[in-house]
Amino acid sequence: MRALLLAAAALAVALPVAAQDFAVTNARLLTAGPAGEIASGTVVVRGGRITAVGPNAPVPAGIRTVDAGGRIVTPGLVSTNSTLSVSEIEQYGETNDFSSTSANVTAAYDVQYGINPASVVIPVARLGGITRAIVTPELGGGANGPDGGRGGATRDRLFGGQAAVIHLGQGPDLLVRAGVAQVAPLGDVGAQSVGGSRGANVSALISALDDVRAYQRNRAAFERGESRDLGLSRADLEALIPVVEGRMPLLVSVSRASDILQILKIARERKLRLIVESGEEAHLVARQLAEAQTPVILNPTADLPSRFENQGSSLENAARLQRAGVLVAIAGDRTGHYARQTRYNAGIAVTNGLPMNEALKAITINPARIYGVQDRFGSLEVGKDGDLVVWDGDPFEPMTQPVAVVIRGVEQPLRSRQLDLRDRYMRGEGVMPPAYR
Amino acid sequence: MLVRSSSFLAAAAALLLSGCASTGAGTRGPEADAGGPAAAPKPLRAGLDAQASGTVFPSTYRPLPSRPTAIINANILTGDGREIRGGTVVMADGKIAAVGAGVTPPAGAQVIDAAGRWVTPGLIDAHSHLGVYASPGVQALSDGNEATQPNTAEVWAEHSIWPQDPGFNRAREGGVTSLHIMPGSANLFGGRTVVVKNVPATTYQGMKFPGAPQGLKMACGENPKRVYGARNTSPATRMGNVAGYRTAWIAAAGYARKWDKYRDSYAEYERKAQAGDRKAKEPDPPERNLELDTLAGVLNGEISIQNHCYRADEMAVMMDIAREFGFKIAMFHHASESYKIAPVLAREGICSATWAGWWGFKLEAFDGIEENAPILHKAGACAVIHSDDANIIQRLNQETAAALSAGNRAGMNISKAEAIQWITLNPAKAVGVGDRTGSLAPGKMADVVLWSRDPFSVYAQAEQVYVDGALTYDRRNRAFQPRSDFELGQAGQSGVETGSQ
Repeated sequence: MRALLLAAAALAVALPVAAQDFAVTNARLLTAGPAGEIASGTVVVRGGRITAVGPNAPVPAGIRTVDAGGRIVTPGLVSTNSTLSVSEIEQYGETNDFSSTSANVTAAYDVQYGINPASVVIPVARLGGITRAIVTPELGGGANGPDGGRGGATRDRLFGGQAAVIHLGQGPDLLVRAGVAQVAPLGDVGAQSVGGSRGANVSALISALDDVRAYQRNRAAFERGESRDLGLSRADLEALIPVVEGRMPLLVSVSRASDILQILKIARERKLRLIVESGEEAHLVARQLAEAQTPVILNPTADLPSRFENQGSSLENAARLQRAGVLVAIAGDRTGHYARQTRYNAGIAVTNGLPMNEALKAITINPARIYGVQDRFGSLEVGKDGDLVVWDGDPFEPMTQPVAVVIRGVEQPLRSRQLDLRDRYMRGEGVMPPAYR
Repeated sequence: MLVRSSSFLAAAAALLLSGCASTGAGTRGPEADAGGPAAAPKPLRAGLDAQASGTVFPSTYRPLPSRPTAIINANILTGDGREIRGGTVVMADGKIAAVGAGVTPPAGAQVIDAAGRWVTPGLIDAHSHLGVYASPGVQALSDGNEATQPNTAEVWAEHSIWPQDPGFNRAREGGVTSLHIMPGSANLFGGRTVVVKNVPATTYQGMKFPGAPQGLKMACGENPKRVYGARNTSPATRMGNVAGYRTAWIAAAGYARKWDKYRDSYAEYERKAQAGDRKAKEPDPPERNLELDTLAGVLNGEISIQNHCYRADEMAVMMDIAREFGFKIAMFHHASESYKIAPVLAREGICSATWAGWWGFKLEAFDGIEENAPILHKAGACAVIHSDDANIIQRLNQETAAALSAGNRAGMNISKAEAIQWITLNPAKAVGVGDRTGSLAPGKMADVVLWSRDPFSVYAQAEQVYVDGALTYDRRNRAFQPRSDFELGQAGQSGVETGSQ
């Protein structure tokens, strides 16, 4: 361990502190891209982007070079469906910016306006190798069950609002892309939120989508006040146009196999693009999901029948879906504080049958693909942003730690407020200022 | 979150062993009425006797049938700090018979070749709400918080346990053989805790750990003041919390005195009656009070204090209250800030049950760090990794690995043999069963896990789980994979998957 730490320190010193050009050589590259695993190779990052990857990638003359000593290098990991940057303390509403309580702002709600680059939660996530996050509005249900009022703010709302993609580098602007999905809870939470039953909830959803079409066909009449009552506010109707046009995916939080089949049918008829979230029973309808080319974002630790709608929860959910040809992303925990669980969850999926390279893809390139940002990050490929992590072992193992984290070509400090606390008390310094230690 | 805000129990084993005062709610089963100065006056029925708690709701647990078994060629983490490479564990008559590198399996024993796989003691979760907050999480099964008044010392978590909770089976598949099940943390005094063995049973008494002491769940901080403050009743503040604790201990001390006086006068009456004094008058017993019974049981050392408390400064207040009224705190639960006062906790002999990963869900958990357990361990304090969660309990080994990894990142150089104590012997001691289970020592209960590989790996799975020497779970044999009544016939549980084929 000691040797690794020393090596880590050396690496940290060697890598650039700002976006500079550098090469990492003698690395075991798990690319999560078409090149798969490169047993020993080089990654070159210039101008914040990857310019070369391969077993014999040429290292430009004069460029700073770091010998990884055979250690594993992966793309930066993605925290999928997270509260990172929009929640400082989950139990305190005033520190949360992931939901709307306004009746006139539902689908129009947009998490991008609440992103806080100074959140102390972000550096903790980076220490888990996380370099990007998909920040979503409140999803309603989810793999962790009907807890903590997560469904509360979606009451009487069909739609939770729009998700955004962020990077976890330093600086005032973390936004990579806004409006990457629209959220709608279904199943138990959807029914509790709207109409008291699945029949009411789904009917209301269909009706709302029809209203959006009507609005889109005749905006002018709406503006003149000559259209029928469309139920949703103008802002919400506008926000849903990309959804009904199939340009923006609808992220549905749904657990029960039969509920998944229902929404697949609706999406097929209306040419919606769907993302299934939670999906504890998705493995029971894996073939239909594969045929519909609908991706699933899941938590592979969700094995308990925590609700009557997820009695079929299984640790093998990810493996079965992947085998059937479904694009799978693995979430860590929606709570941004636990984003470092992401890599362990990938390992848990491997333990339960998912091939290792697929598990890595499920926390890197797959979420990027699902949210349409695969051209920017998610794999070690030429042209992508310079996001990478050097590990002192198997990245899925809790006993492994990252020794370098690079985001958009900038090496990140491996520090956090939690490590500051650790150091203060581990060294016995306590609260007194330096003069009194 | 419901569970997060509701959990904390720790255990005061040392306390329980030393306690034998005259007043109390004995909780040690048959031993409690084995005579001595504390023996109850004969005419009292158990239900009216403040001292009879240890004899009611008795455990009906009996170990499953087993045969002598030796696991050979194993990497053994003994739970008491040792690692034995290529060793043997022998189980016979439900007990550990021998552990070591040069141990020969006894004649006639079933021999299992671990072939380099790993063996640990059965894991012990010092903080669980399985059964009291069962799956599915419907209101009908929400039985963990009697949040009707801030002092409900009279309730017992065991009376809320639903043995059908599928979580027990999932936890066993993660190597958990004993659990300390606690009430939630809504109240200043949440009620009595119970230790159970993780075996399939139709009644909770069939799981109840024979002879294990009970604990009393107390809660510091945000939860009680939030729950009752929102109702505009006390406590609404932390100072209200403290006043609530102290008021209760004063009442408990008075109650204990009343029963002591009664027992003295009854003994006096018996003496006189036996001497032929016809005028000797049998004294009336005090009226039993279940709430005060529990608190008095703490004062006389028979019930341990298991204290939900996140912040170091609040722990210091609780330790002062314990001194003020003469009781001992066995364990702080969640204990996110224990690392700030690790030397104090070491000196006081108080355990800290905590996580590696959870932090920041409320302000009192905002300073939680992954290195909490390692810092405590290095300071010589008792560190415990707990779950408080139906999922984390399935991976206590990984939670421990995350803590160990963070500690070693900081250069603490703690071994796996040491760290495994955080989920074996340390919690066993803290909940009062450390002399019976928690380590692979001859004579202890044969609660044993055979792992597919190093249990600090994310890829490790419990392959076989033995409880009292009996194979209770086998990953490769469906005949040893219990399913609760509730799980029968549910979607996806029959082994006949649909759609994906």
